[in-house]
Amino acid sequence: MMHAVPLKWAGCGSKIAKMEIVGKSHRRYDALYKARGKAVYVDDLYFPHMLYAGVKRSPHPHARIKKIDPGGLKGKKDVFFVSYEDIPGANKLPIIFDDWPVLAPGVARFAGEAVALVAAPKKELIPELLDEIEVEYEPLEAVFDPELSMKSKVRLFGDNNVFASYYYDTGDIEKGFQDADVIVEDTYRTPYQEHAYIETQGMVAVPTPDGGMEIYGSMQCPFYVQKAVAGVLGIGMNKVRVVQMETGGAFGGKEDMPSQVASQAALLAYVSGHPVKLIYSREEDILSMSKRHPGIIKSRVGAKKDGTLVAVDTTYILDSGAYATLSPAVLWRGTVHACGPYRVPNVRVRSYAVATNKVPCGAFRGFGAPQVIFAMESQMDRIAEELGMDPAELREKNLVREGDTMPYGHKLAGSVGTLETLKKAVEKSGWKEKRKTYGKEEGFKKRGIGLATIFYGVGLGAAGKQLDRSGAYIQITEDGKVAFAVGTTEMGQGMKTALAQIVAEELGFRYEDVAILPTDTSRVPDSGPTVASRATVMSGNALRNAAKPLRETLIKIASELLSVPPEKIELKLGDVYVDGSPKLSLDELIKEAYRRREHMASQGYYVAPHTSWENKEGGEAYMVYAWATKIAEVEVDLLTGEVKVLRITSAHDVGKAVNPTLVEGQIEGGAIQGMGYALMEDILTEGGEIINNNFSTYIIPTIVDAPEIIPIIVEREFDKGPYGAKGFAEQPLMGIAPAITNAIYHATGVRIKELPATPERVFEKLLKAGKVELWKEK
Amino acid sequence: MKKLTVNFTVNGERVRLRVPANRTLLDILREDLGLTGTKRGCDTGECGACTVLMNGRSVNSCLVLAGEVEGAEIITVEGLGGEEALHPLQEAFLEEDAVQCGFCIPGMLMSAKYLLDRNPDPSEEEIREAISGNLCRCTGYIPIIRAIKRAALKLKERK
Ligand code: FES
Ligand code: FES
Repeated sequence: MMHAVPLKWAGCGSKIAKMEIVGKSHRRYDALYKARGKAVYVDDLYFPHMLYAGVKRSPHPHARIKKIDPGGLKGKKDVFFVSYEDIPGANKLPIIFDDWPVLAPGVARFAGEAVALVAAPKKELIPELLDEIEVEYEPLEAVFDPELSMKSKVRLFGDNNVFASYYYDTGDIEKGFQDADVIVEDTYRTPYQEHAYIETQGMVAVPTPDGGMEIYGSMQCPFYVQKAVAGVLGIGMNKVRVVQMETGGAFGGKEDMPSQVASQAALLAYVSGHPVKLIYSREEDILSMSKRHPGIIKSRVGAKKDGTLVAVDTTYILDSGAYATLSPAVLWRGTVHACGPYRVPNVRVRSYAVATNKVPCGAFRGFGAPQVIFAMESQMDRIAEELGMDPAELREKNLVREGDTMPYGHKLAGSVGTLETLKKAVEKSGWKEKRKTYGKEEGFKKRGIGLATIFYGVGLGAAGKQLDRSGAYIQITEDGKVAFAVGTTEMGQGMKTALAQIVAEELGFRYEDVAILPTDTSRVPDSGPTVASRATVMSGNALRNAAKPLRETLIKIASELLSVPPEKIELKLGDVYVDGSPKLSLDELIKEAYRRREHMASQGYYVAPHTSWENKEGGEAYMVYAWATKIAEVEVDLLTGEVKVLRITSAHDVGKAVNPTLVEGQIEGGAIQGMGYALMEDILTEGGEIINNNFSTYIIPTIVDAPEIIPIIVEREFDKGPYGAKGFAEQPLMGIAPAITNAIYHATGVRIKELPATPERVFEKLLKAGKVELWKEK
Repeated sequence: MKKLTVNFTVNGERVRLRVPANRTLLDILREDLGLTGTKRGCDTGECGACTVLMNGRSVNSCLVLAGEVEGAEIITVEGLGGEEALHPLQEAFLEEDAVQCGFCIPGMLMSAKYLLDRNPDPSEEEIREAISGNLCRCTGYIPIIRAIKRAALKLKERK
């Protein structure tokens, strides 16, 4: 698939008039070896004298640990045991409040929390060895509901169990509602979502002779892992090297959690002096690793007769689980995204992340935004209905445009493709026609079409800005090839490919001549986490900065060799061009550079543009925003409540699609994950304990469920992004759920206010609304 | 644990091993034979990442015990293409960009091979049916369906 290429890129003094590689769908860098079964994931690593590890976990949601007795393990040859008392450094994982211990120190606060570790030379011995460890617990009163937790006498954090809280006010909310002709008010609930990456968490820790530790594993954020392991072992970060292995899916679930897994493996490696491999089973992964936060969203929205929004009042509560981990950051993003991509003059937002005795929740594609989007986009449809307006028209009327100010005070300078995504999605999906015809089917299967418009702040934003910088390294070899390294990670999203294209473009290489070095903390400086759809922008810009001196050197030499002024020289596709024709091969030019002993390696660094935030006023929350419109078509079976998604049209303003096929792949994959969130995925707990901890009880979409997906790419370039790109990977999931529930409403007149819209839930609603009887009578 | 000796072939090579009776084919492949292309996503028959062909049929290797392997012919992802050449399925997966994180892919390929071996011209329905035991969390399955259709065409052209 080829897409039109804009003619100019005016940045960093580039001489490239037209892009040769960026914007084209080059073959995914890592696909070939993955398809041959040759990719090396962490469980594929073996070291001499390596031990295997297991984790003993608390079965209680809240309990005092009175005694940990390694029982018969003591004195067993080559068997190693670790409890919190054996931790040489700090028993805390550094993230925001540094509150999650590696091993429960005296009190366990959720069912599944790690209590002790064991390692032995044979993997199959581990279950028995774990059984030999005896832990004496005294169960404590526990709290599972976030709203009750705020008033509970069970103390988990501070004096009200609220980990974090944000607010902002714009305009005059009371007056806003007085001016409204129509007001809708409701409470929406969203469930847990399990990442369900097909590769579970895993790490190998290898002690080094100088008292340090090497870590190999599945992760998004090697620099988090480096800091955590150094802290737990009480050694310098300069003695911890972290190498990312091929990572079998992450979706946010491998942002902070790998610090935990790596610290456990590292403790056993430290105690034993052996390499230690720790691979989580599917069950313990689901029990103990983070999830998407369940959310409660109380929303009140007011509009004028003509559809103009005048007031939005949102209270957002997150069920954070036992430790804060990333909750404050997740909550902040949700707070910023609470009112949707709309012009709203009067706003009041209050948000709370609350501790409960359940598994800690953390990062998951969308990071606190999908919950509030579900509420706001449901509310938008309700307003449209009250006013007898088309939901697409209502959005069109209120969507922000360039020059508008977001409800939290951020004036949008450029790269605002909201309206374009709406228009294209509406057109391509046949919205207008289907709004009229769907729902009128004879019989017990009814069709519906629904939409949602969303925005997403790219990068860490003001709440994480101290981490928002990235490094890169490029090395040109004498044979005319190039290798590069970055500090962000590939997890299937296609980062390596996009960055290889950028490097090839910048320096005039053929795509095939670019190689990518593994992400390794010893190769580039701390580049922050690979989250928030930031890798293309941050590493892309760091690479462009690294490429700059190399390109200058090459052009200088070429200009001397060819006796033409440097501004006439173009490097592209493996050749040196003058006036549009190739004069010299890049190979030759590089050989000459080597002969002259030029420095053919370079470091680059990039710091994210300014962002700001203050409670009350808000601020310039993110460096740039991505915009999207989702349209879902469904068929609801009135007899069973079953919802079948027929088609999803998903239009995204990505700034610039560095590789359109990869962008489409993200749109497709994210849509299906969003569909799982809408219709089937939920973690069930009993007394705080997760009861559906495998793939036969935690259901994710299979190939049978996959509907047709129509991806649409809109390109409103971001002036600070590499080639105009502004980051993309999370947005495809966001807004799918309300598009589906809005479509269910269109089909049946039944409004789903709590996800997932399982057949049971939909059927119950249909029954209550008399829709099933209605059919019977006919 | 009782040990037993098993004889079988993997990707055309004869293997003779002495293993505990409760060892799974997945562990035999990965841990004993170093064929780590076959992946473990659950170990309980729910994800399909460990799919291999056993006597021409697709199986979840995490559910096959050592004793059942006696005399069997096993094909894993490593035996799908040659050292040099790719199998048309692999080619099609690359061409359709059906590989993201890659963890489900070896299993997907083997399930797809089983389908095309039996049914060289599958309908989309049949493709969905054949792959319904293989979970993928990245691609949304859409490019996988496209890739299998494409591979079927390639195989036909080669005949
Ligand atoms: S590992 Fe065998 S089916 Fe999941
Ligand atoms: S490509 Fe990641 S699970 Fe399928």
